[in-house]
Amino acid sequence: MIRWVGAVTLVLAAGNLAAQDSVPPVDQGVRVGIEYTPGIRPRLVVFPGPGNDSARLILQRDLDYSDRFELVYVGDHQDGAPSSGVNYELYRRLGAQYGVELAPSGSATVVRLHDLDAGEVRSHQTIIFPPPDAPEFRMAVHQVSDEIVRWVTGIPGYAASRLVYVGRKQLWIVDSDGVGNRSLTGADETVLSPAWSPDGRRIAYTQFDEGTGSLQMMFLASGSTVTVPNTRDGLNYAAAFSPDGRTLAYTRSAEGGTDIFRVDIGDMCCLQRLTVGRYADNLSPTYSPDGRRIAFVSTRAGPPQIYVMSADGTDQELLASFDFGATGSSFAPQWSPDGAQVAFHRAVEGRFQVFLLDLASRRVRQLTSAGRNEDPTWAPDGRHVAFVSTRSGRRQLWIVDTETGRIRQLGTPDAVRLPSWSRRFGGVAGVNH
Amino acid sequence: MRRKFFVLAAGALVAAACGGSQPEPETPEPVAIDSTAIKEQMRRDSIAAAERSRAEAERRAAEQRALAAAAALTTQLTSELQDMINFDFDRSDIRMDDEANLDRKAGVMMANSAVRLRISGHADERGSDEYNLALGNRRAESAKRYLVNKGVNASRINIVSYGEERPLDPAMNEDAWAKNRRDEFELTAGAGQLVAPR
Repeated sequence: MIRWVGAVTLVLAAGNLAAQDSVPPVDQGVRVGIEYTPGIRPRLVVFPGPGNDSARLILQRDLDYSDRFELVYVGDHQDGAPSSGVNYELYRRLGAQYGVELAPSGSATVVRLHDLDAGEVRSHQTIIFPPPDAPEFRMAVHQVSDEIVRWVTGIPGYAASRLVYVGRKQLWIVDSDGVGNRSLTGADETVLSPAWSPDGRRIAYTQFDEGTGSLQMMFLASGSTVTVPNTRDGLNYAAAFSPDGRTLAYTRSAEGGTDIFRVDIGDMCCLQRLTVGRYADNLSPTYSPDGRRIAFVSTRAGPPQIYVMSADGTDQELLASFDFGATGSSFAPQWSPDGAQVAFHRAVEGRFQVFLLDLASRRVRQLTSAGRNEDPTWAPDGRHVAFVSTRSGRRQLWIVDTETGRIRQLGTPDAVRLPSWSRRFGGVAGVNH
Repeated sequence: MRRKFFVLAAGALVAAACGGSQPEPETPEPVAIDSTAIKEQMRRDSIAAAERSRAEAERRAAEQRALAAAAALTTQLTSELQDMINFDFDRSDIRMDDEANLDRKAGVMMANSAVRLRISGHADERGSDEYNLALGNRRAESAKRYLVNKGVNASRINIVSYGEERPLDPAMNEDAWAKNRRDEFELTAGAGQLVAPR
């Protein structure tokens, strides 16, 4: 037993993976409104064991990126592993409170969450992972990661999700852990402002052509696209799906100014104008998660600022307060999935920074300060935000944990803009509870 | 008797002209060559011909000059129509120093009813990508409204916006941004030959 303890290599926990990418765990350029006390997060260890090595690595990284745990890393041990039972005492001595076990069981894998203090299994699930080289393998592991986060915190993680963004002029997609970058549109077309449908099956985006732009709806399964009716004339962009996926609100610039419209995409009909700008512009709609309200940008008071209205266009009012002449212009609101906050970017001393508006208190706090930071988009957990930042020298995607300020770069091949984060992908075949 | 004499005289003349030698039936030397009147006629004819061709050349030259002048005028008026205008940061109102530029455009459009314009508004890279599309649209609209207020029919102008998608200067400094905040004007019809406004 002592021999086995010696074989365990304790690698200092949280931030280790991020450090390998030369990214400090908490960036100097991130301000968080709350005190972060290291060690307040429970320490979690993914047990080494036979088989499932690639799943274990993905799982470990997902749980680290969830920012809900401090990961305790133990090295592989080729021998001395107990064939049955978990040595709770050993892992407790490493300071871990939770342990994740992947145990092969025939063609399936049993995933167990151990409560090390109580010395018992707290939750478990049996899953048949697709083969590691199958395209759906990583997503299946991500879904297990999210489930483990839910077992501990009550709220699922965000690993089983993807982001779309504009790189050069094309539409790209990437997994939340930065793996699997691929382009969805050809090099000969210019796309703008992609948006996910809530079910993760469609992406609305603008096909930009010589100063005009139509809204396209891409069906990811087939790769086919349809043009949203009434969007061939003028410039139609910055679309947002309603949470039930049936309505698309979007911005239209044409003769007479820039205003927000909505169209029923179930029936592809019934165009409705939600704002009447006259000499002011109204743009960039985002739905509240209950679908009843829309936050947007308006220049009605002069500088662009964040407003809110009912989803039918009534009851328009200021949402993020500002001091006229002092507060910088504000753009790109995104309502959080839990409905509690709206992220946006605002000019501070001529540079964009990401802000969070707490809807209960109507208070804003600045989330970033290094470089130019813009176009925030929420992770499905309502806690992480991806945004475009120049902190590394060019426009790249970064993900920040809004609670701890821990930040990491999401690897993309090119300069990036206009990201949109999907909701969580659920329901993998072969998952049994 | 008298007739006989005449015939004889003519015969003598012919004989004299032929030099009395027998076998040459060649065409006779033109008699007119010695004629002062004919010479005079020829001189006049040649002068007239020369004058005609000089007039023709002059006409052609004048035509060329007129064509060249028209082409130069068209080029000048086209470039006046295409002259960009610029904007202050996050503004879409026409600057005082661009009013003369737009006044010239209005004049040319009023004098050339076939001309149609496409105004594209552009923004610098500050401002969100989406907001800049709206701002570009407002800038294009602003120039259109100015021209329409000067009497140009609104249906002759259409507007588009490129936002920050087509910077003239990709640098990230004030000079570049100032250049990039602009309206561009493109002739979409009636570009053939333009006449000057009266």
